[in-house]
Amino acid sequence: MRPADKLVRAAAGFQCQIELERAGQIADCRSILSLLTLGATQGSELVLRAQGPDADEAIRVIRLMFDQQFDELNVEQST
Amino acid sequence: MLELQGIAVSPGVAIGRALVFDREGYRITRCLVAVGEDEREWERLVDAVKQAYDKLESSRQSTTAQLGERLGNIFSAQQQILHDPHLQSELESLIRTKTYSAEYAVSEVFTKYASAFRKATSTFLSERAADIRDVERLLLEGLTGQPTATLKQLPHEAIVVSHDLTPGETAAFDREKVLGICTEAGGPGGHTAIVARGMEIPAVVGVGNFLHNIRSGDEVIVDGHLGRIIVSPDEATRDHYMQRRRFRQSIATQLEEIRDLPACTSDGVRIELMANVEFPNEALSCIARGADGVGLYRTEFLYLGRDQEPTEEEHYQAYAQVVRDMQNRPVVIRTLDLGADKMGMTMLAEPENNPFLGLRSIRLSLRNPALFRIQVRAILRAACLGDVRIMFPMITTLDELRSARFLLRSVSEDLASEGKHIQCAVQVGMMVEVPAAVLMLDRFIDEIDFVSIGTNDLTQYTLAVDRSNDSVADLYQACDPAVLRLIQRTQQIASEKKKSTSVCGEMSNNPAYALLLAGMGIRTLSLAPAAIPILKKAIRSVTIGQCEAMAWRALRLSTAREVDAFVMNQLAGLVPEIVLQA
Repeated sequence: MRPADKLVRAAAGFQCQIELERAGQIADCRSILSLLTLGATQGSELVLRAQGPDADEAIRVIRLMFDQQFDELNVEQST
Repeated sequence: MLELQGIAVSPGVAIGRALVFDREGYRITRCLVAVGEDEREWERLVDAVKQAYDKLESSRQSTTAQLGERLGNIFSAQQQILHDPHLQSELESLIRTKTYSAEYAVSEVFTKYASAFRKATSTFLSERAADIRDVERLLLEGLTGQPTATLKQLPHEAIVVSHDLTPGETAAFDREKVLGICTEAGGPGGHTAIVARGMEIPAVVGVGNFLHNIRSGDEVIVDGHLGRIIVSPDEATRDHYMQRRRFRQSIATQLEEIRDLPACTSDGVRIELMANVEFPNEALSCIARGADGVGLYRTEFLYLGRDQEPTEEEHYQAYAQVVRDMQNRPVVIRTLDLGADKMGMTMLAEPENNPFLGLRSIRLSLRNPALFRIQVRAILRAACLGDVRIMFPMITTLDELRSARFLLRSVSEDLASEGKHIQCAVQVGMMVEVPAAVLMLDRFIDEIDFVSIGTNDLTQYTLAVDRSNDSVADLYQACDPAVLRLIQRTQQIASEKKKSTSVCGEMSNNPAYALLLAGMGIRTLSLAPAAIPILKKAIRSVTIGQCEAMAWRALRLSTAREVDAFVMNQLAGLVPEIVLQA
């Protein structure tokens, strides 16, 4: 729940459309319900996609969040 | 005004304000708003979202301060749910394009997510359903401006309206506040029916989808005699029901005067009026109503809404209380009569295509002898305290009766060898509910002490109609000539052998049918305690000759409709003071 919450807050800082895909199911990173419905747990394989002006930056930040396992990382708005 | 037909499961009429509960037991207002009011509904929702967000924010801050950020973040996630763009757009579309009220939209959307999460295999997700419910509750509280009521604490007297009720919810009912019950789902043997009857709360179940047509606060009439629900009745309908209510009150005082007199026809033929009871605490109300005994003690309540089998001691205490309270009047205890699905004891239940033709009643008991023995032991022990008789339900073949009697004998030998004091001469009876038992009754009759006709199931099995099925429910008529012939045959065979025949189905509750049954030679009727006084009045107003003449004619009619019209007409002629002229 906490990671999903953080993801949504991070995604809200970007203009681009950000999606996570798990086993063919696609979730909108702005929607916590949609992320939760993925049912992803530690070890799940996910595909991250972003489309829009700041897509590259979004991918970089969100990757970093996953890499650091959503530890107390302070996500800056980096537009 | 909206009139709906359901299944009458507990007699009586209730008039009051609806309190609508959704599946989770929250109070909601499921309804549509007028076209053009969608903007106002949407603004109400936006306000409620803001309020809920602020509440969560203060919870988050206080929790973070006291217990740390980790726990505080639970509320942060709930705030995210509240602001979820998908959720918001779903809510907006229900309100704007489908004219749902804000409450209804919230309830629909949150229920959808909660149930999707609950079905999820991961425990993580299924636990998130609780978060979703929390957010929903906050929103609904914001919309209605009051804390959500639960069934345990109704804010005022009301008619409880719901999709269905769980055993836990019905058990927690406040008898003082619940005037009536109506549910979309449910059938005659379900726990709602059983609890409502036991508490004498008028109830109609199996109404089908109608919650979207009713709001909390709407006036509702629950007609537990006809199985009818009337939402927002017009003047004429309300007057009609109010008049009936006044009529019943005036008659109640007359009935009070004859309470302690026996139920004898005016020429001195005694008809025993016994009570059907569900719960131990009903015995006292049987006495208050002047019952001659308990003719049918249903024991299903012991199994409802629990995961474990009741212990022998629980059985014993429940039986002992009734036997003591009835003070040596006869108490007929029927062994378990439910299908495995209805007992909530899932370990015994296999899904069945035709539950009424499946593993239910005596079949279930014989298949689970360990469970059956516990009940029989308790009955035999309670038999030391008074006049207890044991009755096996739904006996279809002689083998079943013999197996049940064999088990009874072996249990009583066990008790004797344990040195327990038991009553040896317990009368054993069978219920006649299956046409096969009527056809073969001459073979059964020497092996039993009494028979009791369960007209509900006998009607269902004779006419091949499931009365909980709306599409065929009109075929379900206990007064069908085919059913009457089976009753007549049963009575004749039993009386030739000097064995008593009672009728314990709902048919006995109706004074017109009760007089008909008396005319057919039935001398014992078992009925809802609340119906006893009026039946006593009817019996004391007629001669047995009048009843016999009525039966003679009725048995020569050809259709249920003719029989019904004839006997109702006869009752109006014989006992006009208890018949309300429409």
